[in-house]
Amino acid sequence: MSPLKQTLLNLNTHAKTVLLPVIGIAIFLFLWTIAANSINTSLGKFPAPSSVVTQMVNLFDEHNAERDKADAFYERQEVRNAKRIAKDPEYVPKVRTYTGKETFLDQIITSLVTVMSGFILAAAIAIPLGIAIGLSKGLNTAINPIIQIFKPVSPLAWLPLVTMAVSALYVSDDPYFAKSFINSLITVTLCSIWPMIINTSVGVAGINKDWDNVSKVLSLPKLKHIQKIVLPAAIPSIFTGMRMSLGVAWMVLIAAEMLAQNPGLGKFVWDEFQNGSSASLSRIMTAVVVIGFIGFLLDLIMQKIQYVVSWDKASAER
Amino acid sequence: MSTLLNISNIDMVFPTPKGDFTALKNVDLQIKKGEFISLIGHSGCGKSTVLNVVAGLYQATSGGVLLNNKEVSKPGPERAVVFQNHSLLPWLTCYQNVELAVKEVFKGKMTGQEMKDWINHNISLVHMDHATDKLPDEISGGMKQRIGIARALAMQPEVLLMDEPFGALDALTRAHMQDSLMEIQDELNNTVIMITHDVDEAVLLSDRIVMMTNGPSATVGEILEVNLPRPRNRITLAKDPAYNELRAKVLEFLYEKQRKVEPITTKTANTKKTTKVA
Ligand SMILES: Nc1ncnc2c1ncn2[C@@H]1O[C@H](COP(=O)(O)OP(=O)(O)O)[C@@H](O)[C@H]1O
Ligand SMILES: [Mg+2]
Repeated sequence: MSPLKQTLLNLNTHAKTVLLPVIGIAIFLFLWTIAANSINTSLGKFPAPSSVVTQMVNLFDEHNAERDKADAFYERQEVRNAKRIAKDPEYVPKVRTYTGKETFLDQIITSLVTVMSGFILAAAIAIPLGIAIGLSKGLNTAINPIIQIFKPVSPLAWLPLVTMAVSALYVSDDPYFAKSFINSLITVTLCSIWPMIINTSVGVAGINKDWDNVSKVLSLPKLKHIQKIVLPAAIPSIFTGMRMSLGVAWMVLIAAEMLAQNPGLGKFVWDEFQNGSSASLSRIMTAVVVIGFIGFLLDLIMQKIQYVVSWDKASAER
Repeated sequence: MSTLLNISNIDMVFPTPKGDFTALKNVDLQIKKGEFISLIGHSGCGKSTVLNVVAGLYQATSGGVLLNNKEVSKPGPERAVVFQNHSLLPWLTCYQNVELAVKEVFKGKMTGQEMKDWINHNISLVHMDHATDKLPDEISGGMKQRIGIARALAMQPEVLLMDEPFGALDALTRAHMQDSLMEIQDELNNTVIMITHDVDEAVLLSDRIVMMTNGPSATVGEILEVNLPRPRNRITLAKDPAYNELRAKVLEFLYEKQRKVEPITTKTANTKKTTKVA
């Protein structure tokens, strides 16, 4: 093949991986714009891509403005306290925290912290439990019906129960975590735990018979068998479960925040909806895009971690 | 010399959905220390089942296995197994695969340095020094099988069990591996049971060839003593009348006495049901 032809061919494959998604997105944005222009709501036109961009900038500016206000507040406070100490050295300065409105970026951070906490708690329970279920047929038979029944339950059904249970059990005058945080976290855990339990147990139960036999011939003690053979063997399925779970967790969290008015992106959406200003819909649409983008990024990060941790590189590329 | 391994009147019945299936009936075999035994027979006759019972991975329905006059009931490293599909752990390097075995078998008996030397010694024995830090997926099938053998040898087993260790390899690699195995065997003089379906391999490597009848209810058909002097050389043996006579006897057993009465294919349209001929 001639070098020119080869270059053209290379260009062609590059073009395919870059150009095709670009074309896809362009067509999507075009259709979105057309559709948005033809939907008239009581709050104005349905937001088009352009208004999302505008709001993105606005929300970022608002965040910076809010930060400036906070800085100014702390500066004033410091000056005030310094003055009073100068007058009266005995004076113990009061330090108040700024209680401004939470910005869009703050809500994103809150949601991310909550989803990760709920997900990590779920993983800490699901992976050991999944291994135990995968190793024991009896345990599997005993627990499987419970898993199958609770797996399809929507977070909205759990939420009232969780809220009441947390109110009843988590009583402290000076709670380290806000109750709303605990509510969201537990709801996320309850909904995202199942894919991890199921995938881990399936991975453990389906361990290559030869590897199991190697362990038997070596007469590995139970714990060592789990640590050296079972866990590494099940890593690809554990990661499959973790990625499914994290997706569920993120989806569930937004719904839970909306319903329970817990801080986070869900609350942002709800507040904007209640607000009903002309910008509300575009701000909600912005949140939708951001939520989707973060969900995508979370999976991408999990995939990268899987690629580093797992010996089965092929399964990490899916 | 006295018997090291006594396979005593084993029956093996598998419960299946269609009722009990008697795979082995009255398999009886005594093996002396340092002997190299080949188990040969048509595919599906029950060779692996015998090996699995000796390994302790299966429990015989009746009869039993005695090692040094002690009954074996569960698997253990003194009966190391080389599996057909290498069965290396893909997340461990070649070195680590051998290390897992050495650490388990010799913990408290060797120092860290002694273990390291022992692992490297066994890897050298199978000529794999160049690949110690490679993962199994990065080496060829023959190399994987070498590491599998190194792992088994490193356990210093009383009996080495090998289930068609070279069955998945191409002919040239297989010949290399056989020569390596003979070389190792001359040095270590292990007690070995090797399953094979390759007549040349059986004659070349063995002290005795145990020929199994077809299943169900398979058992030991004939035992052939191979008194060819060692070290053996495949090229000189090829012209040796004694070698060829032994070879002919095994072939005669397999293809005349225990001929598989399976039609090749009954209908041409039925392409999925191709019949394996050993
Ligand atoms: N775990 C098992 N359950 C039921 N049948 C089995 C099992 N293992 C082997 N068999 C049957 O026993 C027979 C002998 O199998 P095997 O020992 O694997 O043969 P070989 O190794 O000689 O090819 C076969 O018919 C096989 O289907
Ligand atoms: Mg077999």
